[in-house]
Order: sequence, then C-alpha cells, then structure tokens
Amino acid sequence: MEPGLRLAHLYPKQMNLYGDRGNILCLRRRCAARGIELAVDELEVGEPLDPTVCDLIFMGGAQDREQQRVAADLLAAKGDAVRRAVDAGVVVLAVCGGYQLLGRYYRPAAGEDLPGLGVFDAWTVHPGPAAKRFIGNVVVRWQGATLVGFENHGGRTFLGPAARPLARVIAGYGNNGRDGTEGVAQANAFGTYLHGSLLPKNPRFADHLIALALARKYGRGELAPLDDTLEERAHAEAVRLAVKKPIFV
Amino acid sequence: MAGVRTAAAVSAAKLAAALSRRLGLGGGTALPGLVAEAVAPGLAARLAAELGHGCLLVTGTNGKTTTARLVRDIARAAGYLPVTNSAGSNMMRGITAALSEAADSQGRIPLRERRLGVFEVDEATLPEAAAALSPRVIVFTNLFRDQLDRYGEVDSVAALWREALGNLSPAVTVVLNADDPGVAGLAAACHGPIVFFGVADADCALLGKGLEHAADARWCPACGREYAYSAVFYGHVGRWACPGCGRSRPAAQVEAVRVEQPAAGPLGVLATTPVGRLELSLPLIGLYNVYNALAAAAGAVALGVEAAAIQEGVSSFTAAFGRQERFEVRGREVQTILAKNPAGLNQVLRALVADCGGSKPSATSEPGHRNLLFLLNDDIADGRDVSWIWDVDFEMLAGHTGLLLASGRRAVDMALRLKYAGLDPDPVLESNPERALARALSLTPAGGTLYVVPTYTAMLQVRRILARWGHRPQFWEET
Repeated sequence: MEPGLRLAHLYPKQMNLYGDRGNILCLRRRCAARGIELAVDELEVGEPLDPTVCDLIFMGGAQDREQQRVAADLLAAKGDAVRRAVDAGVVVLAVCGGYQLLGRYYRPAAGEDLPGLGVFDAWTVHPGPAAKRFIGNVVVRWQGATLVGFENHGGRTFLGPAARPLARVIAGYGNNGRDGTEGVAQANAFGTYLHGSLLPKNPRFADHLIALALARKYGRGELAPLDDTLEERAHAEAVRLAVKKPIFV
Repeated sequence: MAGVRTAAAVSAAKLAAALSRRLGLGGGTALPGLVAEAVAPGLAARLAAELGHGCLLVTGTNGKTTTARLVRDIARAAGYLPVTNSAGSNMMRGITAALSEAADSQGRIPLRERRLGVFEVDEATLPEAAAALSPRVIVFTNLFRDQLDRYGEVDSVAALWREALGNLSPAVTVVLNADDPGVAGLAAACHGPIVFFGVADADCALLGKGLEHAADARWCPACGREYAYSAVFYGHVGRWACPGCGRSRPAAQVEAVRVEQPAAGPLGVLATTPVGRLELSLPLIGLYNVYNALAAAAGAVALGVEAAAIQEGVSSFTAAFGRQERFEVRGREVQTILAKNPAGLNQVLRALVADCGGSKPSATSEPGHRNLLFLLNDDIADGRDVSWIWDVDFEMLAGHTGLLLASGRRAVDMALRLKYAGLDPDPVLESNPERALARALSLTPAGGTLYVVPTYTAMLQVRRILARWGHRPQFWEET
C-alpha cells in the first residue's frame, strides 16, 4: 500500500494573508516526490476537525479582523479536537496569527485579553499602536542549522516553562525582540512568526515535519533525499540578505 | 507675501528638476516636490487652487497609473490641458513637483481656465492629497493585499479611505468599483454623489472555480457572512451578494455590457453610461485593463465629459511606462507587463494563458507557449517581503510556457516558486536584469515574442535597458 498522510488546513480562506499557503504546496510536493500522497482537508469556520484522521495540522496568519472571526470558532468548535490531536502527537505548524491563537491568550493594546487554545505555553501582548511593528528578514538557529523567513507582527510573544523555543534569533526580532527566542516547540507542535513562505526555503524543516508525521503513523520516518540545490540556494541567499557578516552555527 | 514665496518655491523646484536630470539622478519627479515643499509649505494646495477645472484623483491597489493616464487622454480629447504626475510618482512630493512643473516662474499656472489636474495617489497618501487638493472627483479602482510590510493590513487602508471620505465636501463626486465589495462598501462613508462602474458581461467570469486564493474581501463587514458570487471576474471582483444582510453589488451607472479579449489585443468594450453608449478599443490585454478603462470613463462622466471625447481619448491611449509596452529589440518583440501583487500578477498570467477571460476561445489566438521572463525585486517600492509570490497561481502556466526564466534580486525565490508550481524554470539564474534580458532574448526565436513581467523597481531597470537597446525615450521625456 502506498503510504499516505492527511493534513488539516485550518481556515485557509481567512488565515491566508502572507503567502503561507506555500507551506502546503511545499509539503505536498515533497511528499509526492517520495511517493507519499498528502491529502489536504480545508476546514473553514463551522467545519469540524476529526483528530483521529489527521496526521498534520496547518494554520497560517491573517489580519486582525479575520483572526477575531476565527478565534471564536477555534475555541468553541475545534478547540478540543486540536488539543486531542496535539496530545496524540499530530504534527502541528502554526504561523504568525495561527501561532498566537494556539497560545494561552492575546492581550490587545486596549480591552480584555482574548483567550487562546492554550496548546502552547505562550502568550502574546500587543504593546500599542505607538510600538514598533517587527518587520523584516529573519535568520534563526535551529538544530545546528538555520531557518530563514520574513516576519511582520505587532504582538510580542513570551514562553512559559512548559514551552521550548523553536529556534534562537541570529538576525531579526523573533518572539518578542528581547529574549532571543523564535517560535515554540512542544511535542510535535510548532509555532513560528516566519513567513516567506517558511517551508520551501527551509527544506530540512519541511522534511522534519513530514518525517515526524510518518514516524508517528508508520513507525518509521526515513525520507529519501531530494535534489534541494535550488532550495538551499534560496536559503543561503535569504541568510545573506538578513545577515551582513558571516555566521557560525 | 505668499506670492513671492510660491514663486521662489516653484523656481527652486524647477531648478531641482533640471539638476536631477542633468546629473542623471532620474526623472526629477520627486526631488523637486520635496524642495518646493521645503521652501513654501502648502505649495500644492495653492497651485491646485489655480487649476480652472479643479482636479481628479485616482487611487487603489492596482490600475492607478493606467487609469490616470486614460483620464488624461480623455481630458485632452475633451479640450482640457491636463496637469499630471504621469511618471507614477504618486505621493504628495510627486504631485507638488507636477504642479510646480506646470507653473511659470511667477508661481502662476498659465492657461489656467483650461487646466485640469489628473493625479494618481498612493493609497496611504489619499487622505493628505484629498485635504490639500480639494478634488472634484476621486476614483477608487480596487483594494487588494499589497506590500503588507509597508501599508499594514488591507483593512487599515480601507479605514484610512473611509476617514478621508468622511471629511470630504458633499460637492465631491466619488467613483467606485461596484464589483469590488471592499470598494463598493466605501459608499456608506460618502456624503456626495457616487458613480459606480462595473462589468455585466457574464462571459468574462472565471468558469467552474470559486474565488482565487488571493481574494481579500470575502466577508460582509456588516454581518460577517461570506459573500456569494453569481460570477467571479478576478480576485474578489465580481457579482457579489451577502446572503446574510442582503447587501449586494450596486447598480453601475458605467457598465461594460460586452467585452472582447482577443489574445493579441486590442480589448473591445461596449459600455452603457449616463452620457450614452461607449465603444472603447484599448491596445492592452487583461480584464483588469477593462476595469481601468471603465474607471477612467466613470471619472470622465463625473467631470461632465461627453461620450465622443471619452471614446477618442481611450482610443488614443498609449500604455503608461512599463505597464504594458512593446519594444522591437534584436529582431524580437518584447512586451513588458508590470505586476506587483498577487491579484495583479494573477490577472497578467490569466491574460497570458487564456484567450478570453477563461471562457470563449478566440479565432485569433496564438498557440499558447509564451516565452516568459519574471523579475522579482525586494526594494522598498516592491515590498521587502517576497512571500506574496506564494499567493499567486503560477500553476495555471502549466502547458503554456516556452522559455521560462527568473531574474531580479530575488531570482532564486522566483525560480523556487516556479519549481513548486510544477514548472521547469531555466536553471541559469541571472539576478542582473541586463544579463537576464540578453539571455532571454538570445533564447527567444527570431520573430518571436518575449514577455517580461517585472515588479516595480525591476520594471524601471528593464525599461532603462530596453530604452537603451530599442531607442525608446526615458519616461520623463514623454509628453
């Protein structure tokens, strides 16, 4: 039997502002190149998530209006399912707004805290309209290598004791511009501020996610190597754009 | 003493323009405005008040330059002497520079009784321009995601516009795209007359598909329901209605009832308007340019221009620099088509692969193997973030490409996007635009056509190179 994986794409119509769908295109293509069929379920507001059938969950970023609309559905209709999936080791990638919504809460500049799903031991604070928005190319250190992307966020995210940072900032702002952390990693769930799209230029991270999902489902996660000459070149150029001096990881 | 100061500012601006051209710094389209504003703050407002017929502003995500240029040509045909920022310098400094250029050394605008200002205005500059220039007409073309690192979110642009409209005099006519729900919804913020434009020809609709990925205005701001479309023309532009509160695409006073889109152009548009039927012929490709023509016609109707002048103006149109231009270079035809955001690039791709809006095949269509050179830059004017190319549906190019090259400062990102679209870009990635153009031309068969699709700053580079090879004037020499 051909191996297959199933990905739940949460709110593709609403959480789709910054090119994040490139992550799906990347996962699908890199799976297909290994003879793995990646089926994608697009789940909008009102559509239920079945935590027992999905192997991966993806959620992108959006502007505030869409994010608020999605937050209500995420908490009320999909929250338990996402938590059960994470507990069962389903691989999650949440970018920017998706990352914030999976944290404990979002504290806007004015008004009450907006509750999040609490999948990540993390919370986000918006310091107000006068504060600088974190915009620019990013390079972070991840598992002895680098990840590259572009960040564009006003909120500052802080990690609690149960959360590990996904990566350490080499250039850019990351979670909050202060503590040098970027993103979050808890079990097989990952949150990050990196757009770009993230995965096409970080093929090792893309394969890491696929391998985790395969290992969970089939007990083995080895992936045949692909010709990533172009991907690595794009990665190297993104590093060069963000970092003016040589780096050692 | 304001007069002396105005005259001094105008002289300083003219000097700065002459110097910047002499020194080869560029078209002298922005620096003079900066200099003039420094010498005499409020200069733009004083000079705009000299314009006998006032002015018309064009703003929106896509189509500003082409629409403003169409209005300019229509205004000429109607006997006005338009003052324009035709080089695409669309912040206040560019408008100030254009007004200074039109003024004499006394700081007065000659032949003022025939003068009409036609200015394209950056989306975020609109509030300032509307306050300073006291326009008679403001045209809104469309609203899409664009340069999110610069403008912030799409909603913040709409909020800026609503505030500007709320501050306008009720004498100002506002021209709105009826088919773009994000723009049509601005009507609620208007106090004065509104002219809607739109497309009624259902043959232009995308077949068998929902909204493109790059659609932005999907939800009704009044009740939160998702819009239902009986026809989608591109992005979120189409015949929309809210199933929740019943808001729907308003009736358009200027409306295309028939659109012809032969592959080799020109576009043909039959439109109904309050001043009679228009038969427009436009030497461009792409449904988005039909919208630009309708926006310009609606703006002209709002100014009181008659049908004959609108038709004559549109037919005399030549594309704005770099937007859609043809060059003869080394025995090949080169067509440049500017594309700088997902909605715009999707429209360009659709025009390149389809004969007619996706539906009617045309007898004049060429076999669909286009030779393509994409140039992706990430300067501030392009947007530093190139993530947006992942929102573009390059997948539709499958089976339609001959030569496929990626260039520009982010050539590798573009090549990677093409690879993940299942396409096979040329493995030689030449980020230098001149070397990329030379390579693309050498690989294009003699007598063939090369389509060059650059982002904004790449377009400026390409045009400079092609002008040198093909002997076209630099853009600031154009009339």
